[in-house]
Amino acid sequence: MSAPTAAKIRVLIAKPGLDGHDRGAKVVARALRDGGCEVIYTGIRQTPQMIAEAALQEDVDVVGLSILSGAHLELFPRVVDELKSRGVDDVLLFCGGIIPEEDTRALEALGFKAIFRPGTNTQDIVKFVYEHVQK
Amino acid sequence: MDDLVQRFLNGERRALARVISRVENQTAEGREYLRALFPHSGKAHTIGVTGGAGAGKSTLTGALAAEYRRRGHTVGIVAVDPSSPFSHGAILGDRIRMQDLALDPGVYVRSMASRGALGGLAPTIDDVVSVMDAFGFDYVLIETVGAGQDEVEVAGTALTTILVNNPGTGDDIQAMKAGIIEIADVLVVNKADHPGADILVSQLQALLSLAPAGSRRPAIVKTTAIKGEGLDRVADAVAEHRQYLETSGQLAEQRGIDARHQVLAIARAILLERIRQGTPEAELNALVERVANRELDPHTAAEALAAAVTA
Repeated sequence: MSAPTAAKIRVLIAKPGLDGHDRGAKVVARALRDGGCEVIYTGIRQTPQMIAEAALQEDVDVVGLSILSGAHLELFPRVVDELKSRGVDDVLLFCGGIIPEEDTRALEALGFKAIFRPGTNTQDIVKFVYEHVQK
Repeated sequence: MDDLVQRFLNGERRALARVISRVENQTAEGREYLRALFPHSGKAHTIGVTGGAGAGKSTLTGALAAEYRRRGHTVGIVAVDPSSPFSHGAILGDRIRMQDLALDPGVYVRSMASRGALGGLAPTIDDVVSVMDAFGFDYVLIETVGAGQDEVEVAGTALTTILVNNPGTGDDIQAMKAGIIEIADVLVVNKADHPGADILVSQLQALLSLAPAGSRRPAIVKTTAIKGEGLDRVADAVAEHRQYLETSGQLAEQRGIDARHQVLAIARAILLERIRQGTPEAELNALVERVANRELDPHTAAEALAAAVTA
């Protein structure tokens, strides 16, 4: 474990869209906290602009999106666009929630490096983050 | 140094975000940026918002920022939440209460973890506030970790300190105790729609009446921050305090005290780092073990460590 004052991996956990089921997002946020990350949690019902603006202001290394509404192919491309339009093009993207297997390719093409579905061990998410981000 | 400083001075928010990270992570680069930007700071009015966990600090901070926006000012917010003493990770959740400001180009919100600092702030808070100030915000609001009775550090970082109180959280003896209440320049009674708000106001008034004659009495303001009520009076009370600082000559004095405090704190951190660097792990372990076994007292052990690097 690093010193308390040392640089930490900063992660934004966000829930785009209208579904209010944030238990999964909170479980992931908590696991990353216990894994030594600084997790910015913004709550439910975030627009793509709000998520991108938070990612910029907080200078995060990682953005994790949680969604259960089924609108991921609608909302995630807009989040990615909003990030790019702000010059935030070097963050690690992952997502989780109810996401059908057949959408995997489309999300990978958008730049998502992992999709965590129900039943995922939270330690795998922590491991994924540490494998991809150096601090 | 790259063009980050120039982009910062041009008002690019991403450059601000990057500079804050470098400064917060205490990198050599971060110190270079701070050196370049520090001369641009000193113009913002800095306001600390402190109070217990759940008192409504984040909501009040967001609502006060909205009030300043209505008045045509720009606002930077630094919100500190605690780091885990075990994993050193943190959940930074203050933005949740500031959603209305999320897309306002005149507001910038940055969450910080306390990273082991005691006193309700973070080790690099003064530097991060200086950077925000240098960026050109009219106001920089600093929200502390949920503070109890003794987290008074914010008074050394901000020019005006707002203490957020709630009705129903203790009798008047709580308010008479030394500590956090003494640093308040503005006393806010938040959640004023809850029972007991007026009782708390009169308790606070009674308490303030015990202060020595001639000392400044902080304003007491009732707010219901979640409904945006009372924030105009908070902003007025802050303006009044600023006026007082300027006319009484305390502004210059306060800046002197804060600068001294800041320099000494950094010097202390440098010395501690030198001791850590200059002491072989085995030597430290041996000393610590003797203390744990009660063969050596901790003061003598610490003297030995300090002597090794200062000699």
